[in-house]
Order: sequence, then C-alpha cells, then structure tokens
Amino acid sequence: MFYSSVASLGRYCVFMTQVFRIPDKWREFFKSLLKEISKLGVDSIPLVIIISLFIGAVICIQMVLNIVSPLIPSYSTGLATREILILEFSSTMMCLILAGKVGSNISSEIGTMRVTEQIDAMEIMGINSANFIVLPKIIGFVLFIPILGIFSMFFGLVGGGIIAQFTSMISMEDYVYGIQSFFNEWYIWYSLIKCVVFAYIITSVAAYYGYYVKGGALEVGKASTNAVVSSSILILLADVVLTKLLLQ
Amino acid sequence: MIEARNISKWFEGQRILYDVSANFETGKTNLIIGQSGSGKTVFMKCLIGLLTPEEGDILYDGRNFRDLDTSQRRELRTEIGMLFQGSALFDNETVLGNVMFPLKMFSPMSHAEQLERAHFCIKRVGLSNADDKYPSEISGGMQKRVAIARAIALNPRYLFCDEPNSGLDPKTSILIDDLLSDITHEYNITTIINTHDMNSVLGIGENIIFINQGHCDWVGDDKNIFRSKSQSLNDFVFASKLFREVKLFLEREYEAEEKSESGKH
Repeated sequence: MFYSSVASLGRYCVFMTQVFRIPDKWREFFKSLLKEISKLGVDSIPLVIIISLFIGAVICIQMVLNIVSPLIPSYSTGLATREILILEFSSTMMCLILAGKVGSNISSEIGTMRVTEQIDAMEIMGINSANFIVLPKIIGFVLFIPILGIFSMFFGLVGGGIIAQFTSMISMEDYVYGIQSFFNEWYIWYSLIKCVVFAYIITSVAAYYGYYVKGGALEVGKASTNAVVSSSILILLADVVLTKLLLQ
Repeated sequence: MIEARNISKWFEGQRILYDVSANFETGKTNLIIGQSGSGKTVFMKCLIGLLTPEEGDILYDGRNFRDLDTSQRRELRTEIGMLFQGSALFDNETVLGNVMFPLKMFSPMSHAEQLERAHFCIKRVGLSNADDKYPSEISGGMQKRVAIARAIALNPRYLFCDEPNSGLDPKTSILIDDLLSDITHEYNITTIINTHDMNSVLGIGENIIFINQGHCDWVGDDKNIFRSKSQSLNDFVFASKLFREVKLFLEREYEAEEKSESGKH
C-alpha cells in the first residue's frame, strides 16, 4: 500500500513534468484552451448558480433558527451566512462538487482516449500527448475558477436574500446590514486562492487517472471514481493546510 | 527499410519475444502474421517505439532508434503513419479535422494548402461528402479510410497498420487491403501490416514474417507460403478447410508444372 502510494506519487510527478512543457503549437494550444474554458468552466456556471442559491438559502434559514438569543444582534444571521459562504462554501464545498462534475469528465474523456488508442496515435505522430491534452484543461480551469468562485459567493448571498425577502424569518434590512458588517477583504482573496489550488488538484489528479488507464470501459469508470475520490480527499487536505497558512 | 535485429521483450519476467530479426522493405507491403498471443502486436509496438525492447536494435533506414534522443525520435515519428485496429480517430474532430490534425501540428503549409492536402487525402481513400461528419456518424470501413487518409497526410516514409481488417466485412477488407497496397507502391512507403486475415496474406503479402510463440518462424511471400514446409506456419495458415483444399489444389498444380518443365528439359 505504502509502496504503491509512493510509486503513484512518483508517476504523478513524472506526468506533470510531461504536462508542463512549452506547447508544440501555440495556436492549437490557445484553441484548446478556449474550448476547455467553455467546456469545464462556462458549462459549470448553471450548476454553481443553482447550488449556491439553494445552499445560501439553507444557510440563512439555519442561522436564523440556530442563532436565537436576545444577546446576539439580528444582523448576525447575514454576517454568519456571508462568512460561511465566502470562507468555506464558495471555495471548498463548491470545488468538492465540481470535483465530481469536472473531475469525472476529464478522467473519463482522457481514459476513453487512452483505451481507444487516440493517445497512442498522438504519440506516434510525435506529439507530447500529456502536454497537448492536459495542459489546456489545467490552465483553462485554473483561470476560470475564480469567476465560478465569485459567482458562487454572489448567488449564495442572493439565496439568503431570497429567504429574507420572501419569508418573515429575517428582515431584508437586517440581512443586508449583516452581509456588509465587519467585512474583511482578505477573506475573498483567501477563498479565491483556495479555489485556484483546488482547481489544479481537480484537473491534474483527474487527468492523471485518465491518462494511465489500462483496459477497457470498466477501467475508465473505475478511474473516474478514483479520480473523484482522490481529488476530494486532496482538496480537504489542502483546505486544512491553506487555512492554517493563510488565516493564522 | 526498417531492420529489426534480435529483438527480445519481457513482461513481468515472462519472455514474449525471442531474438526476432526481420527486414521490412521499402515499397512493399510487409506483413507480420501469427496467432493471437504470438507476440506480433508486441513486436509491432517495439518497431514503432511504443514499447522498448530489452534487447536488440531497430533501424529506420540506418538510424538506430535506441541511439536517437527525444527530439530526434519526435522528428522520426513525423515520418511515421499509423493505422490502428480501432482506427483511433479523434472523437471531437470531424473527418476533415482528423485528417487536418497532423498537418496543423507539423506542416509548414498555409491553412489553404493544408485544406487542399487534406481534401486530396480524403479523396485518395475514396471518401466524399463526409468532411463534416464525426467518427461516430460513419461506418467502420469509412473510419478505416479516414485513418488511412490521416496516416498519409504528411507523406510518411513508414506506414504501420495494426489489424486493418478487424471488424470489417470481406468486401470492405479487400478494399482496404487494395488501398494500402496501392498507396505503398504509389508513394514508395515501407508498409508494415500486422494481421491474421488470410485474405490479406494471400492478397497483398509481398514480404511475410510469421511470428510463432515469440519466435520468427518463417519469412517469405504470398507465392511461396503454399510451398512452406514449416509445420507451425501450415497449422496457422491452413487452419480452415477451404485453405487446406486450396493448398492441396495448388500443390497438385505446382507438381504438374514441375513435371511439365522437367519434361521440356
């Protein structure tokens, strides 16, 4: 188990040295980059909006129901909702969800290319397949993830606002005052930095599992599952490390 | 010409190839034949450089693959075309996109010239009105043709084909065989075809290498394969009743020819 983990880590590092090379053709690289931004990033916007709206709403309801004390000011519901959304949900939770969508997409796409010999075809043509296929995915998603993060924060707060607007649980004035109170700009940067690191983990780990698939359709499915599980664990691990480093 | 010298390959302690040597001649269709599991695919992958043999050398017109550095290997690979068993077309590209792909990556041509070349290759393999179709929208035989068009787009010096007829009906198989043979002669390519299709062996086998349990057991062509005394080759080639009858028939013909010739002398 230990040796296989070390061997996997070594192979991942070798894989990354193949990925991070200067592209053979910049024109083709930029074309692929735009495609990947569209496929991995833009196509994820609806999912991010829907999830953020609902989670924002749920957090707001939970805060109202659980912070019931005459000693706690009424605007604290908005404040707590904002802090939870910015500090953890819009970075960690959203990336865990995207690890499922984007990670399995990347892993199954590259895995299918491997088992149908498309990667071998590229190698025989003299193309660095790891660089050609994987680099645009990593760069594209890492570049786009801050936008998804900001969308998530915004629509999460909107979700809370909908609860304030359409229920009598909290007044809109208190909610808006709460989400503006004690604002620390660094928390936004902290959240976006985490998003970028998590985006790198999601894409590189998924690509690694897909690239080294051996066998057929069954193995591609297994690789997708392993990619999602591994990247989720690594995201949680990185979350602890980054929180310690960036917030202490 | 491609020369394989004493190629040996092991997988997890198990020896797959035993000192296999063979010459693959330029302008000829060279066939590697053998039973499933005989090591012919491993041998071909060693020839292309997808696998590294533990022993032996592979020379591409005198250039030893082992001695080439990464950039030289990459350069050599631009001279290689490959037709995979499953075609290996890029799913997210159209037929035209697939054929254009090697041109876009390696050719110094302008876009218009690349388009012209791609259209020429597509026409050369007998496809028309399929430019905008995706691989999933065309038949297996058409996919093979697109793969051939892609393989010849850069005017390769070496063309490798891994079981080009697998999954095709006999008529389409013959069309693909004829196409490969024509292209080989037309462009003077060193073509290497990995197959166990007897129609291909007898139809286009100008230089045949028979691999049996990791050994090169026999070398010849489609003419003298009927006269071979190799038991392993005969067991493989004439496994079907039809081919056994053909062999008997031809043997009688040869005997009659020999008798008539000795009578003349």
